[in-house]
Amino acid sequence: MSNEPYSKEHQEYLKKAKNRKTAIIITQILILVIFFVQWEITAKLKIVDPFLVSQPSRIIKSLVKIYNEGTLFRHIWVTCYETIVGFVVGTLLGILIATILWWSDFICKVLDPYLVVLNALPKIALGPIIIFWAGNNQNSIIIIALMISLVVTIISVLSGFQEVDEDKIKLLKTFGANKFQILRYVVFPASIPTMISALKINVGLSWVGVIVGEFLVAKEGLGFLIVFGGQVAQLDMVMMSILILSLVAYLMYEVVALFEKKFVKWKS
Amino acid sequence: MSKLEIQNISMTYHTKEGETSALSDINLKVEDGEFITIIGPSGCGKSTLLSIFAGLIEPSNGKILIDDKEIKYPCSQIGYMLQRDHLFEWRTIYKNIIIGLEIQNKLDKDSIENVENMMKKYGLSSFKNYYPHQLSGGMRQRAALIRTLALNPEVLLLDEPFSALDYQTRLAVSDEIYCIIKNECKTAIMVSHDIAEAISLSDKIVVLTKRPGTVKSIHDINLEIENRTPLKAREAPKFREYFNTLWKELDVHVE
Ligand SMILES: Nc1ncnc2c1ncn2[C@@H]1O[C@H](COP(=O)(O)OP(=O)(O)OP(=O)(O)O)[C@@H](O)[C@H]1O
Ligand SMILES: [Mg+2]
Repeated sequence: MSNEPYSKEHQEYLKKAKNRKTAIIITQILILVIFFVQWEITAKLKIVDPFLVSQPSRIIKSLVKIYNEGTLFRHIWVTCYETIVGFVVGTLLGILIATILWWSDFICKVLDPYLVVLNALPKIALGPIIIFWAGNNQNSIIIIALMISLVVTIISVLSGFQEVDEDKIKLLKTFGANKFQILRYVVFPASIPTMISALKINVGLSWVGVIVGEFLVAKEGLGFLIVFGGQVAQLDMVMMSILILSLVAYLMYEVVALFEKKFVKWKS
Repeated sequence: MSKLEIQNISMTYHTKEGETSALSDINLKVEDGEFITIIGPSGCGKSTLLSIFAGLIEPSNGKILIDDKEIKYPCSQIGYMLQRDHLFEWRTIYKNIIIGLEIQNKLDKDSIENVENMMKKYGLSSFKNYYPHQLSGGMRQRAALIRTLALNPEVLLLDEPFSALDYQTRLAVSDEIYCIIKNECKTAIMVSHDIAEAISLSDKIVVLTKRPGTVKSIHDINLEIENRTPLKAREAPKFREYFNTLWKELDVHVE
């Protein structure tokens, strides 16, 4: 089918679609370039105060400096590591707990009000307690990141489980399936899109948790660089860390999106 | 000896809002190879009755015999086809068809060969590795039937199997499904809303009363035509006669 030569009209259509896409990408890049160029120029001409808003050339200088010190990748890696562990463990643990709640209607009903309260509670408020319990170290950061995504995951995955078509379950029951088989053959696979969308949301939440955690306890990482830069009035370092952070967060999101594409290929 | 014998089946649902008596004292005999259709007003307990046959719910009263022996569930002699095909979107057609075998741990050389033969015979072989959304409604329904037949049941239960299809497809698909069922020599019990569909497919039609459902009357359908298929049946001279009788029997009126 795909080897058939397209009609002229269709070729036109494809060409138009492609042109449009190129235009979008070029405009996107242009916005970025213009933004940085005007930043550099206005700072150079002292229209804005480079001490307060920094300046691209100074950011690059700061980047080179920290790179020469050899700690750049260490900082990036530490933050990424904490984030990845945070959202992966948060998602997996959330799915596990959701599974238990799906399995036992009784436990689910009992825990319902507690989940609602935990969900409403801003998890960051628990930060000091977590540091007290887990210590003034990386573990606390990971736990804060994990806590933020955990309850949301439980709630969204559980409702995904509960929305699985009753008739599909009924169908398996006519084959004599037991509860574990129902979980394995229909509830789990049918909820994969829900789980992946939970994962996507958790990536974002986990960044929030990690940065806050690093503000509170860290000795390294991008969050640490941001607070440290602020404390020593080094806005170049702060801006640099934020830019790196945006880039890394974006890349991580793209990886998860790719993962999604691979796993839900049965969707049209 | 009847293939299936239903004795004094009653069913009452209990919910917080109260109790609903859905079926009362149903008695029925189904012979081997027969195609029977159960019709009745909406909510009279038809789906409930099929769910009881399938062992999905336990009746409040009564028992079901298959080959003169009381059924013990889960029962591999009975296959159930639901209203929609319920193929799993994340499995290929082949994987969908073997899901019952997988669950019952019966996936072996013989059963796979049997499935592949049926797929070939009923025109699904070349769609083996397709996902359900890539197939037409008729093919999906056929795949769903083969999924049920893969477990080699003797009695098939069909709950309004064509109601999700549009009218044209419905005629074609009911023709196909009928031929497959006859070809595989299965006994079938179908539930339907559609009097014409019931006459075109069945050897026998059971009319239920309003809720709580009980057997009101049983009609043997003999259209006196050769090589009967549902489409041909609709053209038989006696078709209209049966239609009128059943229409009166169902006492359909718009309130
Ligand atoms: N799980 C249930 N709990 C309580 N009441 C139920 C339940 N299932 C069905 N009923 C009630 O039992 C009666 C019979 O339902 P059933 O679905 O068997 O009817 P039906 O003949 O298949 O209807 P329809 O023609 O609309 O498909 C209805 O009044 C329905 O409200
Ligand atoms: Mg029904």
